[in-house]
Amino acid sequence: MADQSVTGAQSGEILVYQPSRVRQARRLAARAWLLPKFAVLLLLVVLVVPALFADIIAPYGPLEAPGGIRNRLQPPVFAGGTSDHILGTDKTGRDMLSRILHGSRISIFISAVGIAIAGSVGITLGVIAGYYGGKIDALIMRLVDVSLSIPPVLLALALATALSPSFRTVIIVVGALLWSIYCRQVRGDTLQVMQQDYIDRARVAGASGIRIMFRHILPNITNTLIVLATLQVGFVILLEAGLSFLGVGLSRPTPAWGLMVADGRDVIITAWWVALWPGLAIMLTVFGFNLLGDWLRDRLDPRLRQL
Amino acid sequence: MQRFILIRFLQGIFALWVITIIVFGISRSTGDPAAIFLGIDASAETVADFRERWGLDEPIIVQYGLYMGRMLRGDLGESLRYPELGAGGAVFDRLPATIYLAGASLLFALAFGIPLGVLGAVRRDSSYDQVGKIIALLGQSMPNFWLGLMMMWLFAVNLGWLPTSGTGGVKHFIMPTITLGSFQVAAIARLVRSSMLETLDSEYVKLARIKGVSEYKVIWKHCFRNAALTPLTYFGVIAAVVMTGSVTTETVFNWPGTGLLAFQSVLSRDFGLIQALVLVFSGMFIASSFLVDVLYAYLDPRIRYN
Repeated sequence: MADQSVTGAQSGEILVYQPSRVRQARRLAARAWLLPKFAVLLLLVVLVVPALFADIIAPYGPLEAPGGIRNRLQPPVFAGGTSDHILGTDKTGRDMLSRILHGSRISIFISAVGIAIAGSVGITLGVIAGYYGGKIDALIMRLVDVSLSIPPVLLALALATALSPSFRTVIIVVGALLWSIYCRQVRGDTLQVMQQDYIDRARVAGASGIRIMFRHILPNITNTLIVLATLQVGFVILLEAGLSFLGVGLSRPTPAWGLMVADGRDVIITAWWVALWPGLAIMLTVFGFNLLGDWLRDRLDPRLRQL
Repeated sequence: MQRFILIRFLQGIFALWVITIIVFGISRSTGDPAAIFLGIDASAETVADFRERWGLDEPIIVQYGLYMGRMLRGDLGESLRYPELGAGGAVFDRLPATIYLAGASLLFALAFGIPLGVLGAVRRDSSYDQVGKIIALLGQSMPNFWLGLMMMWLFAVNLGWLPTSGTGGVKHFIMPTITLGSFQVAAIARLVRSSMLETLDSEYVKLARIKGVSEYKVIWKHCFRNAALTPLTYFGVIAAVVMTGSVTTETVFNWPGTGLLAFQSVLSRDFGLIQALVLVFSGMFIASSFLVDVLYAYLDPRIRYN
């Protein structure tokens, strides 16, 4: 709302005090204050606290079937179940709540490792492409085009058939998919920073190419990278869930949320809760990261709004 | 312009070529391709035949040459599950079902995404816009296979309104279409909203309003036509997401398309089929992004390429 009044003043219009505008601006400001806190709270509740304290909070272990197979497919407590299993049990009698709490660790781990690998490869290549330009740039950008035109799920299916579904396959797929997005963004930003005077001055002062790239360019594009990484966590969690659901991501009995939804698919007619809870956990986590990412983007880097 | 089209075309060919190298690399990555393609319980005779045909005793470059030679002649290799059809035949056999479903969900996404986005931009920051944004964000946060399962439980198992899976009439289309299209509704609404906001702010729209053009015409004729260009550039991305999503969607609803084929071929460890699927889908994706680029250059004369 502030920007509208500024453009209004610049184009020579007379600024009129509009109570509705002021009220709206206040409301927006209140939301801008609330939104990130809500997102962080959501992520703490669904993801961070469970991941840190799963062993303490969870009533049972992730692979433990307390009542044995006879205790299978117990409904949640509000649908006729007992308070022993608040969210019910799955088809081998394992406690849903405990498995979901433990599953948060897997989501965090996959996204952290995947984004770290993809980020370091993509950022390095992107800075190099932007800094050196010419043939190196052309080659790197063609590789980016190629990696963006491989269907990710099919690549995962091919890798999983050739190697075998595993943690490694998921990381390779995530890395192969995400590095190019970093690379493209970083290259564009590098080209922009390169036009600044201080880059020329650093060069005149005798700084080496590597020093300019990592001491002068990189610190100036970190805002974009933080936004990008936050927005991508949600994407990685969804991708991992999809791969695990198809049986080419992590393998049983890992308490990965995607795998748990796949388990729920087999019993969807009789036991809806087996598929419901893990999917809800995925959705809330991804929603939290998307909210946080949107907010960070508006705060740190409005140019990215198209993403 | 012709130069631009030619360069983009060559870039597409290059991308496809690198993808063949990657797929070839994956198939040779574990040492014995015969084990990957034929499975572990193949007879010694089949294995010997296979090694002979693909030149597995030759150097790796010769192997790649043989492989590329076959691909160029349109032979996408063989399939364990479909020995008569071959991998390529099996893929093209299943392709129509996927194209119908993808087309239906794109239509669904456009039919809902465009009005939602335009309304959000016109009533910017109203409570409608706020709710719309939250719903769009939630829609993009949902795993589509989970949405599909939940709908299946509600509408097919509980209420019995819709068939659980498979193909047949129009009713069979409803849940798979929504499952595959929901993410796109959100994506298109967000893109349309942001590009509409930009156009609504421009000088010629102000002029049109001053001239007294009706609000309906300002929005749909003056703004939307220009604002529609930005979402168009993302059409390639959207097409790719639809194809990717088709694997999970078709698996959930037992929809007999290429997505389900991909899932089944992993179950039976049919690498030949997966390889053909990767190549066909990459080719389709490269072709669609090429077409979008060319179309975009025609539609927007402001764009100049060197």
